This record gives sequence, structure tokens and C-alpha cells, in this order.
Amino acid sequence: MTAPSRTAALPALSADGLQRPARTRRRAGLAILGLLAVFAALGPALVGADPARQALDQSLLPPGSAHWLGTDLFGRSTLARLAHAAQLSLGLALVASASAAVPGVLLGVAASWRGGGAERGLVLLADAVLAVPGLLLVLLFAALAPGQHWALYMGLSLSLWVEYFRVSRAASRPVLAGDAVQASRLLGFGPVYVLRRHVLPALSPVLSTLLPFSAAQAVLALAALGFIGVGIQPPTAELGLMMTEALPHYEEAPWLMAAPVGLLMLLVLGMALVAGTGERA
Amino acid sequence: MTGRTTTTTTASTARGWAGILLRRGLQIVALALIVGTLCFAMARSLPGDMATRIAAGRYGYDLVSNAAASAVRGELGLDRPVWQALLSWWGDIARLDLGTSFVSGDPVWNEIAHQLGATVDLSVAALLIAMALGLPLGIWSGLHPGGRVDRTAAALAVLLRATPPFLLAVLLMLAVAVHLGMLPVAGDAHAGSLLLPALTLGLGLAAGLARVAGAAMRQAAASPSLVFARAKGLTDRQALWRHGLLQAALPVVAYLGVQSVFLVEGAVVVETLFAWPGIGHALVHAVFGRDVPMVQGAALCMGLLFVMFNLLVDAACVAIDPRRRTDASA
Repeated sequence: MTAPSRTAALPALSADGLQRPARTRRRAGLAILGLLAVFAALGPALVGADPARQALDQSLLPPGSAHWLGTDLFGRSTLARLAHAAQLSLGLALVASASAAVPGVLLGVAASWRGGGAERGLVLLADAVLAVPGLLLVLLFAALAPGQHWALYMGLSLSLWVEYFRVSRAASRPVLAGDAVQASRLLGFGPVYVLRRHVLPALSPVLSTLLPFSAAQAVLALAALGFIGVGIQPPTAELGLMMTEALPHYEEAPWLMAAPVGLLMLLVLGMALVAGTGERA
Repeated sequence: MTGRTTTTTTASTARGWAGILLRRGLQIVALALIVGTLCFAMARSLPGDMATRIAAGRYGYDLVSNAAASAVRGELGLDRPVWQALLSWWGDIARLDLGTSFVSGDPVWNEIAHQLGATVDLSVAALLIAMALGLPLGIWSGLHPGGRVDRTAAALAVLLRATPPFLLAVLLMLAVAVHLGMLPVAGDAHAGSLLLPALTLGLGLAAGLARVAGAAMRQAAASPSLVFARAKGLTDRQALWRHGLLQAALPVVAYLGVQSVFLVEGAVVVETLFAWPGIGHALVHAVFGRDVPMVQGAALCMGLLFVMFNLLVDAACVAIDPRRRTDASA
């Protein structure tokens, strides 16, 4: 949404002065997000402990050799819970944003390809979805089927596709109007070829930024809903829920709070680095 | 000659306004349809017998009998076919009839009217904080690019902008209320209790605002119009106040429009956290209580607030930027 104003607002002096640091920053961000993804994918298997196994005699243990990140009120291993929570959140967010990206991109390209009434209709549809703020939509879906993952997934996908639609509609317009596409079509190549050879390569840099960004946004939305208690329900390990559970024991067991907060902060940091100047909507 | 130019300008201004109003009006209709349909599905998908649940919510589980449940069923019309029920549900929304709360039995409008005030208070306070912090910082760093203030502001902005409201809220709660023991953590008993939730929302906004204002100011300061203003004999200060700020205002106002999502989404989370008695708090509370009319009313109201805020931003953009008055298609 801010894309045009931001590119216009970027100072000219940054053209080569900031290029290299920007690229290093972006790589660092991708590295952080990648590490988090690896932790989420392999963590639960590597830690091995059951995130729901309670041991009431080991309540609120500080970090030690048996439990690297300590235990919570019910003696559950914080590391195991963190790994499962990361897997759940990142997995759900990634699936939601991937399945929002495909229809979003296709509709965006279709809109700028067809133009006319079809485009106006699609823009109207996107506007309609934009009338409901994203978190509100996810919240309503969560209320529709409390504690169900599919409801959260639906809400996330439905609110995320609009961004893909807008970006790919704007980015594919100059490509579709360009000489290369015209030449391809005059040579008799079909829409699938044009899409694969001309449009998708032009879109891929934008999409490679948007995908990690929207996945991270989705993780944050999930954590926010979990934190206020309307997202995923206990006893499932979830980042926001872990924070809610840890908040009353902040004084005696700060590590309980630090684990999910730290993971989210890392995620947010990685996202900010990937997104560049950090002024994305 | 001048007369004709004025009329065409007025006509295109009117057309521009009509476009803006039409777009936002359609958004309101879409909002009502989306929220209404979701809430209808919610009402239908409640586990167990809906009439019994509602009766239990009203009279307590001990006093629910079949007679009470069927009285509720008749009263709320829960025994019609789905499409008929959905149509009449939409009709109720169109007639601005939001029904009565399942739990308290009061009309939803009454409850929302109370809470809306609290949410508007919070949003306005957050906006004021954001502007008071973000704008001077942004303008200063835009006029002195690369300076110490600019670099500090940039680093702070990345940090703050990236911290989601609920995380910021927790950190603020722990730092200010628990450690320093200065402000009440939750509730609305004192004026001081507005400060913490407003600060949570305001800080996040201020960070982005400072960055955008800085970039806009830098661009405005480098623009030919400011050079011309200096050349015709204005002092730096006069040129800045009369030309620079107005030019820099446009991206800042447009940015506020984009950030209204942040304000609305943040309100849900922050109000719940700080127990601020606004619409977001009511919404989450209603979700817990499965109070569908309240969920619907609160969601509609938040959506309306969002669309209205966007409309205000549109109007401000048109007022600031004369170019939009002639080709306002956006």
C-alpha cells in the first residue's frame, strides 16, 4: 500500500551509498528467518520431550542441563513447548501465506492482463476485503470455530491474498505492456508461456520479499490472538499462549517469559531486516 | 474564461469526491456483508442447542428448562430454513437493527455507544502521542539528514515499528507498571490508565511517522519549489513553514491512512490487555461469551471506524494536494 510513496521518498543519495549494507542486511534477515524455520522444522524432533508432559514436582525449574530453558508451572519443558509452538505458528503461517500467494498472484496478473470490467470487479473485491482489517477477519474466523486450526488458516489466507493481488497487479502491468510480451504473443506463444517466461521472473523479487514478510505477519497475528486468548486454545503450545501463561510468574521465572518473547523478537528482527527500511504497512 | 475554468474545476472536484465517497460506501456495504455472513455462520455453528445455550446465558444453568429454551427459540426465530434466516439477518443489518445481546439482554447499540467513546478516546490519544513524538523528530531528522538525531531515530524506528503492539504492551507493562510501580496496569479508574495503552499504540505509530516525515521533509527541502521560495527572498524559516511543511504533509497524511489498520488491530489487542472498556475489549469479551450479536456489532463498529478514518484521510489528502482535485481517480 505504501509502495509508491516509499520509493518516491527514498533519497537519491542511497543509490549506491546504501546498496551494499542493504544487501548484507537483507541476507542477515533471511539467515535469521532461515534459522527460525530450521528450529521450527527440526526442533520438536531434536528436543524429543513431550510438550504436554507434566511433572508437578519440577515446577518452575530454572534453566539447567535437564531442561535447557527451564520448566513452566506444570513442570513442562519450555524448550519442547517453544519448539512445538514455533513449528505450529510458522507452519500455519507459511501454509496460509503460500496458499494466499497463489490465487493472489494469479488474480493480480489476470486483472492487469484482462483489464476492463474484469479488472474493476477484482479491484472491487480486493477493496471489499480491505474494508475488514486483517486481524479482525482472523478473529471472526477464530470465533467461528474456537480452537480449530482450519479456521485460523482460512482467516489468515483470506486476509493475506489481497496484498499479493495488489502487488502482482501493479508489477505485472509494465511487463505485460512491454515489447517482449508483445513479441512472444505475435510469435504465437500462449498465456502459460508468457506467464512462466515473462511475468513470473519479473514478479519473483517482489514475491520473495513479500512471502517471508507475510508469513511473519501471520505468525504475529497468531501470537497476538493466542495472547489475548481467542486464538489457539490451551494446552496446545503456542507462542502467545506461552506468554499469557508466563506473565503471572514473571517475577519468579523470567526465563519462561523470555523464551517466547525472544523468539518473536528474533522473528520480527529478521522480518524488519528483510523488509529493508522497515516502513512496510 | 476564468468562470469556465472554475466550473470545470468544481465539476471535477465533485467527481473526485463522488469517486471517493462511492469507494468508501461500497466498502461499508462489503464490510456489513462479510461481517454479517460470518456472524450468521457463527450463530449457526454454536455447539449444542443454541436456544438452550442462550437461555442458560440469560437465566443461569440451574434454571434452564425446555420451556425456557423453546421460549427463546420462538423469540429469536431459530427454527427457520438457512437461506431465509440469512436474508432476514442481512435485512436486520440493513435496517441498522443489531439486536440484543445474548448475555445481558440489552440492545447492542446501547452497549456499543458506551464503548465507542472509550475507543475513540484511546485512538485520539494514541494519534496525538504519535504526532507529538513522531513529527518533530521526523522534521528535524529530515532537515539534518545523516545527523545524530536522524541515525538514532532511524534505529529506534526500526526497533519500535517492528515490535507488534502486544509485545510492546507487555514490555511497557513490565517496565513501567510492575518495576517502577508508577501507573495502573489495567482498568479505567484513573486518567493515568489511559496513558499506558495510548503509549503502546502511539509509540508504534510514532516510529513509522518519524521515518515517513523525515523522508518527506528531506525531499521537500531538496525540491525546486523551496529553492525558488528562497530565491524570491523568503528566509529559511518562512520557506519551511509556507512551502516545505505543506509539501511534506501529503505523504505523512497518506501514511496515516495506511496505518489506520494498525490502529484498529492494535486497539483489539491493547484494549484487551489493559482492560480498557472499548470496542476491541467488548469484541474479545463477546467472543468468549459466544455472544454473536455483540460480536457482530463490535466488529461492524470497528470496521466502520476504520473506513471512516480512511475517508477522513482521503479528504485531508484532497484538501492538501490541489492535483487530486483535478484528477482524483484514486
